[in-house]
Formats: sequence, structure tokens, C-alpha cells
Amino acid sequence: MMHFENRGNKATRLGFGEGVLEAARRDSRVVGIGADITGSVSMDLFAKAFPERFFSLGIAEQNCMGVATGLALSGKVPVFSTYGVFAALRTTDQIRISVCYNNVHVVIGGAHAGISVGPDGATHQALEDIAIMRVLPNMTVLSPCDATQTIIAVQRAIGNMKGPVYIRFGREPVPEFTHEHQEFQIGKGQQLKDGNDISILATGHMVWEALQAAYQLQQEGIHARVINIHTIKPIDEEIILQAAHETKAIITVEEHQIMGGFGSAVAEVIVKNHPVPMDFVGINDSFGESGKPDELMKLYGLTRETIMTKTQSLFYKKETFI
Amino acid sequence: MTVYMNELKQIARNIRIDIIKSIAEAGSGHTGGSLGLTDIFTALYFKILHHKPSEPQWDDRDRLILSIGHVAPVLYATLAHAGYFPVQELQTLRKLGSRLQGHPGRDHGLPGIELSAGSLGQGLSVAVGMALTAKMDKKNWRVYSIHGDGEMQEGSIWEAAMSAAHYKLDNLIAIIDRNGVQIDGKTKDVMDMDPLQDKWESFGWRVLNCNGHDFEEIQQAFTQAQATQSKPTVIIARTIMGKGVRQIEGDYHWHGKAPSKEEADNFIQEILKAS
Ligand SMILES: [Mg+2]
Repeated sequence: MMHFENRGNKATRLGFGEGVLEAARRDSRVVGIGADITGSVSMDLFAKAFPERFFSLGIAEQNCMGVATGLALSGKVPVFSTYGVFAALRTTDQIRISVCYNNVHVVIGGAHAGISVGPDGATHQALEDIAIMRVLPNMTVLSPCDATQTIIAVQRAIGNMKGPVYIRFGREPVPEFTHEHQEFQIGKGQQLKDGNDISILATGHMVWEALQAAYQLQQEGIHARVINIHTIKPIDEEIILQAAHETKAIITVEEHQIMGGFGSAVAEVIVKNHPVPMDFVGINDSFGESGKPDELMKLYGLTRETIMTKTQSLFYKKETFI
Repeated sequence: MTVYMNELKQIARNIRIDIIKSIAEAGSGHTGGSLGLTDIFTALYFKILHHKPSEPQWDDRDRLILSIGHVAPVLYATLAHAGYFPVQELQTLRKLGSRLQGHPGRDHGLPGIELSAGSLGQGLSVAVGMALTAKMDKKNWRVYSIHGDGEMQEGSIWEAAMSAAHYKLDNLIAIIDRNGVQIDGKTKDVMDMDPLQDKWESFGWRVLNCNGHDFEEIQQAFTQAQATQSKPTVIIARTIMGKGVRQIEGDYHWHGKAPSKEEADNFIQEILKAS
């Protein structure tokens, strides 16, 4: 199995912007909507290249979502991106009724996701968006792990899908480690490291941390499998159940509330089909706060150290479950 | 299809009867607003809109967005009378497996439904999106959106209003069902929205007023709205909730109430006698 290395840090939001631009070059139906933070969410690349296809609608997210629906119903492929806290939470009713009930192909970018937004503090740290987006019928939820994967994911979301898509990405530069010619299929997880002692299932920026934790555990004699779940809905039941059968213990890792989020989605698959002991790394039912991204990740336990500790303890505990 | 003004009254009468029948059969539904909007829907589908009932997805059709999904019965009855589907199907309203959902749902396959809607305040934004498409693609079709006066209390309406004026969407015509009532009572008591005309004008819209039960006035308002350039138009249509059935006219208790079978018979008799 290939060993992943960091080729250099790059923000996933840049990947989003580059992916939208590339998709827009290929398909003239692609249109963009901005809610005042166009540059911040990297939609400026598109807006500059295609000004006649970009609509600035101001700080009015509810309207943005409805306008996107109208554009989609009349044949366009709208991309609307803003901070995840606004994209997913401010407009939940518009997403539920206008976008999802009408089942229109609107691509929603949830930018600045997670606690790593940093000093802006709790108001701007989207930690509930996965839970809320994945519960909506017809919605696809994507959470790519690095900028390269985000470029691919957003192009697939725009070019290969029919219904609504929510794609989550972050603000801070993070390690680039996946290959630009990687096998990427919406709805299919990626096994990044083999191992049969325990499985670590991670999503988004935490995939890199999960890999680092697994590499270190390997030296301590625990062979952890690492799986990148970039599509939270529809989730890849097959790869999850295979991990449950073969490794008999599962840890999930996400930069999001544990309750209702990615880990819950995995648990739903596990408890129904093949119960095995699980543990969860994520935010434990609290708001974030101001601080530097790395300080916050440490304070809230979103680090490779936490992953290692939980993995070790679940690995030793799993024997008692069997 | 050329329909003369004097025929519109007869069509509206038949639509009102089918609204009452279908809601009574369903046992629930929004009688008051549906009857109050019947004349406007009749004018739209038989006089104003460019549409093809035999080809509901015709690319160049005008789009009718019903933002207030709760008056679905008037939309359904009008679509049926216009030829989109058999009138008998109106009797399936709100029943299990019906294409006629309590609030319009596109995924149930009823021809002529442009938008699934029912959460107030969303339709105008969708109408703006469609109007932007028509402008971008240099198409001549228009977007008509129907709103309640109580719906003006939703903040998102004003977000959408701002954006329509900003993009000079003269291909968008909004109609407000100004019946002065909502579920809790009179709009001026629940949350006063006056001066409504000034609000829309200050948001950059052309505002027209009409009697929503006078076909000459309705037609005139739409003709003026269609001629408007570089700004969207809103038609504030004065209507009477429950119009056509004297004993419920203007009574907000009939916003979301269904007549019993016996009441329905009486209502229908009254409508027949009046014409
Ligand atoms: Mg009203």
C-alpha cells in the first residue's frame, strides 16, 4: 500500500474555487452566486473569469438559496458558496423545501468548516453542518480531505450529479497528499492504509491526522486500517462493513459535533448490520472559541494524539467485546 | 385559445365550484384564499400566460410560481380546467397516493406544477432565479409569482425584492393577494404591513393596484406590468377571502377550514344562483 506524504500545504477552499472554475469552463450552464464573501470562499476565480454568469446577491443567504433553485429549475447549474454556518444553518428551510424537496441540482459550498477557522470564534465555526445536511432527503454530502481531492469532488458534484450537493471544506492550508489521478467516486470510500487490528474512518481535514496516527501506531505494533470517507451521504456501507468484519473495531474522526455527524452515520450502518465496538473523535456537544487553529485543534482533541489514544484503548478493549 | 372577457366569469364560477367540491371531499384545505384568488388564476391561465397545457414543459412558457402553496386547490382546479389533467382527478386532493398534494409537490408528477412550495417567503427568490435565466438566455418568457399579504411579513421576501430590482428584472411580475387577513386575524392587527405600496416602491419596484375580482382591472394591470421596463412590477390585488360565498366572505376563520359536505352543497348552490 502506498505511503502518503505531504507535498506542501494548501487550503481546501482554493481547491473548491479551482474546481468550480474548471467545471464552468467545460459547461456554460454553470452559474455562480455570491453573498459578499466571494473572495474568502474562493469563488472570485469564477466571478473574474465569467462575470456574466456570476450574481452578487449581497448578505442575503435565504434569497441566494431560492435564486439558486430558480436558476436550476430553468436549466442552469448554480454554485452557491458561503461559510458553512450560513450555507447550511441560516438557510436550512430554504435548502429543505426549495432545494431538496424540488430535488434541483444546486451545488452548495460550505466553506470555513470546522473549528480550524480559528480566531473568529464560535459564531463562525461550522460544527453542525454535516448533521443537518445529511438528514435532508435527496441531499448528497461531500467532505473531501485535501485541496486536490476537493478539486475533483467539486467537478464531479457539478458535472456528474443531478440533485442537491453540499460540499464541505476549510479555511486553513492543510497537507496535500492525495494524487491528482486518484480513483474518486462519489459514494465510495478510499482505503488509504491497510491493517486488520482496528479501523480508523475519517473525513475532511482529519484524514491526514488519522493517517499520521496510524503510521505511528504501526511502529507500536497496532496495524490500523485507515479509510477516507469523502462522501458522507450516500455513505459507502460496503467499505464500512468490510472494516467491521475484518478489524472488529471502528474509530471515526471528524472536525464536527459527534452527535448526528459523520460518526453517527457510520454507527447507523454498523449497529444495523454488524455491531462492533466503536469510538468517536470529534467535538463533544460544545461550541468552539477563539484561538489559533492548531491551539483549538489541540484543546478540542482533534489531533493525531487523541486518535492514537482512543485507537489504542479501543484496540485493547475490543477483545472483551468478542 | 381565445377566451373573451365574458367567458372568464363562467370559467371562474366552475373553478370555484371545483375548489369547494375538492376541499369538502378532502375534509381539509384552505378554502378562503383559494376562492379569493380564483379570478386572478382564471385571468392568468385563460388570458395572460403563454403556456401549452398539452406540453407542460414547453421551453418558452411563462412560469407561474405559487409561493403560497396552501392555496393549491385554486391552482389545481385552474390547471384542470385549462386542460392539464382531468377535472375528476381534483377529487383526489390531499388523499394518499394523489398527485394533488396538500401543498404542491413536483415529485408527485402533476403536470403544470413549476415549484414545490409551502414554506412561506421562498417563492419570490425562486422567481428571481428563473427571471435571471430568461435574461441571461435572452428569452422572452416571463415569471409570475403569487404571494399572500401575510407572507409580506417574511424577511426573505424583502431580500428577494431587493435582488429583483438590483438586476432590473422587468420580466418578473409578482401578485399580492391583498385580502387583509391571515390565520390569526386581520393583517393590520397581527403585524401591520402598511404602507405596502410605499414599501415596494422604495425597494425599486413598480407598483400597480387592482380589484382582484374585476377582470377588466386585472387585465389592465397585467398589460401595464408587461410593458414596464427595467424594473420588476408588483400588482397589489385587492381581494376578498372566500369570494363568491357570501356567508364566508372576508371571514379569516375560513383561511384553513374545509366545508362539510352539507356546507359545500349550500356554497355551490349560492354560486350557481348568483351566476
Ligand atoms: Mg391574506
